[in-house]
Amino acid sequence: MAIDILMPALSPTMTEGKLAKWLKQPGDAVKSGDVIAEIETDKATMEVEAVDEGVLSKILVPEGTEGVAVNAVIGVMNAEDAAPVAPKPAAAPPMAAPAPKPAHAAVTSQELHDPEWGETKPTTVREALREAMNLEMRADADVFLMGEEVAQYQGAYKISQGMLDEFGPRRVIDTPITEHGFTGMAVGAAMNGLKPIVEFMTFNFAMQAVDQIINSAAKTLYMSGGQMGCPIVFRGPNGAAARVGAQHSQCYASWYAHCPGLKVLAPWSAADAKGLLRAAIRDPNPVIFLENEILYGHSFDCPVSDDFILPIGRAKIERVGTDVTIIAFSIMVDVALKAAEALESQGISAEVINLRSIRPLDVETIVASVKKTSRVVSVEEGWPFAGIGAEIAMTVTEHCFDWLDAPPVRVAGLDVPMPYAANLEKLALPQPGWVVDAVKKLF
Amino acid sequence: MAATQDKARKTKKSAPAVDQELLLAAYGKMLLIRRFEEKAGQLYGMGLVAGFCHLYIGQEAVVVGMQLAIGPGDEVITSYRDHGHMLACDMDPKGVMAELTGRIGGYSRGKGGSMHMFSKEKGFFGGHGIVGAQVSLGTGLAFSNWYRGNDRVSLTYFGEGASNQGQVYESFNLASLMKLPVVFIIENNRYSMGTSVERSSASRDLSLNGAPWGMPSFSVDGMDVLAVKAAGDQAVAHCRAGKGPFLLEMKTYRYRGHSMSDPAKYRTREEVQRMRAEHDCLDSAKKLLEAQGVTEETLKQLDNDIKARVQEAADFAQSSPEPDAAELWTDILVEA
Repeated sequence: MAIDILMPALSPTMTEGKLAKWLKQPGDAVKSGDVIAEIETDKATMEVEAVDEGVLSKILVPEGTEGVAVNAVIGVMNAEDAAPVAPKPAAAPPMAAPAPKPAHAAVTSQELHDPEWGETKPTTVREALREAMNLEMRADADVFLMGEEVAQYQGAYKISQGMLDEFGPRRVIDTPITEHGFTGMAVGAAMNGLKPIVEFMTFNFAMQAVDQIINSAAKTLYMSGGQMGCPIVFRGPNGAAARVGAQHSQCYASWYAHCPGLKVLAPWSAADAKGLLRAAIRDPNPVIFLENEILYGHSFDCPVSDDFILPIGRAKIERVGTDVTIIAFSIMVDVALKAAEALESQGISAEVINLRSIRPLDVETIVASVKKTSRVVSVEEGWPFAGIGAEIAMTVTEHCFDWLDAPPVRVAGLDVPMPYAANLEKLALPQPGWVVDAVKKLF
Repeated sequence: MAATQDKARKTKKSAPAVDQELLLAAYGKMLLIRRFEEKAGQLYGMGLVAGFCHLYIGQEAVVVGMQLAIGPGDEVITSYRDHGHMLACDMDPKGVMAELTGRIGGYSRGKGGSMHMFSKEKGFFGGHGIVGAQVSLGTGLAFSNWYRGNDRVSLTYFGEGASNQGQVYESFNLASLMKLPVVFIIENNRYSMGTSVERSSASRDLSLNGAPWGMPSFSVDGMDVLAVKAAGDQAVAHCRAGKGPFLLEMKTYRYRGHSMSDPAKYRTREEVQRMRAEHDCLDSAKKLLEAQGVTEETLKQLDNDIKARVQEAADFAQSSPEPDAAELWTDILVEA
């Protein structure tokens, strides 16, 4: 009985990977647990172990093939027509069509607030973050990167890939798993004039270190009457990834945005990531930089200029509209844009604002848009209670209540710890349809 | 200048048993702290100092002895019981006292208070109110020295109570792993607020707390300023030589309560009086000085000078105006 060997998913967010190497050839006997192939994901190189026993009959995807979709058939075991077939090394494999690019890859949004930065090229958010750090570390010897697995492992999410080679172990520093301790250490180094970039493997783990972030990093300037600055960036993935459960799926935007003394940024596109991270590293204050794991592999057009940088505190209008303002940040910008497309077909013109900066909040851009559209919906992945949506609703109420034709509405993640089951997780996170429904209730 | 000082410090042989000039200076510094703290306590009683006010009376030999072991450019960081450390770092008593009264002339312009003062110029990095947090921060000061490749050393003070905090051990591990130049100094005054060390720590010998990380350490009579200095010299030399961190447990005692609002029911009056009578750092230093022929008159003059300095600080702290209301909104962020 023939058994198909499928391209495995080796991480929660993997959709495709490179079949780097076959370690068994047609005709080879395979035992359960044997390593049969090596696969490179966007994060790491992983070994694929055989689940079934028998003889490898055919290889359908030759080694070296990139963009092999998860669940594509890459080989066959125990085929009845036992004649082994060796693949042609360079031929395009039948099942190896690259996964379709995310719809938003084509979005070349109006750079309404950004000056023209010239040439762009498709860039993943991961590459943009790395480029921002590389550029800033080349320019300033006081900037360094530290965190768990940032150096020898090349980054848990490969953000820092290659940085150890370029900058060496003094500037790209592997820490033990000790968030409270190494965060305090980094804050102390910043108080003495260095400019640390602290990578949290995820912001969930930063809860161990939140005392140092709030009490030490954010407040010392004030408590010292202006003597003691703390130029530091705390960065890493924030919010839900995929199927990683309640302790690893949480949005911290409103937690940090609550605190004076911090700046809080949340990039969506590669340009956001590159331009804002550079600004964060140069900023003389502590900056919380909330990334999104799912976006790391997404590709956007990004300015190639080495001078490209974005201002902190300015939102970006990603789509111009006249009937309703949809305000989102991070991966929820995707949701907002999809909702705007759906609304367009129903005759409603939605303006989509990508906040980019949570604190300071770009009140000016929000208010100008709402004065134009008279309706506002906020979209966030985090919990609704005391969330960013509540802040936006209050901001709009304070600044342009008389322009509103309907009450402000928020779309947020459900008020529950994140469930693991696929169907429940999907039910807990905002979908474009939720936004469409929320908007339609305003008319 | 700095380089030659550094060299001199490194090549200096161990001091003679009693260096009179040094001892007199140390005595003067300890006396300044004692008198300053007594005055701070008075002002607290008068309602001029508010909030928390943790006095250092009894522990003066620790910070004064350690300060004799370091030089310009080295860093000092401690907890909220910090007035003594600031005076030992040569910060101006007027600026410290005015911060206690919440005035614009204070080191933090009245916005920090007793627990939050800093002077980069004098190498003092606070003044931190969360028990144990300064240990990671002090490790970070040492990290910056390591990163820059200079030979500066961070003195990181904390109490025996803080030594039960998790981040203290995270810092021990990091400092040992990276061979960071930090001297961890446990000021064991026997009581973390009202809980005796026997009731708070399963470790009976805190100097052994660095052992799992291979950190050299020992206990010191923290009531003897010369013993502290000798220990400090050894620890600082170890750090400066790039050999990594060092742990010192200073056995000391505070005569006053944990803070001004502490009724101190957890220990007997007799215990406090016995410590004062038998182990006071000022008494022992004074006896040594007298035995060396320093006259009563000299010591009296020193005491008078110090009292005058402290009075001047107290006057300044009452005459300096309160911060302008506009100060409320400054120093939240550095303008980029």
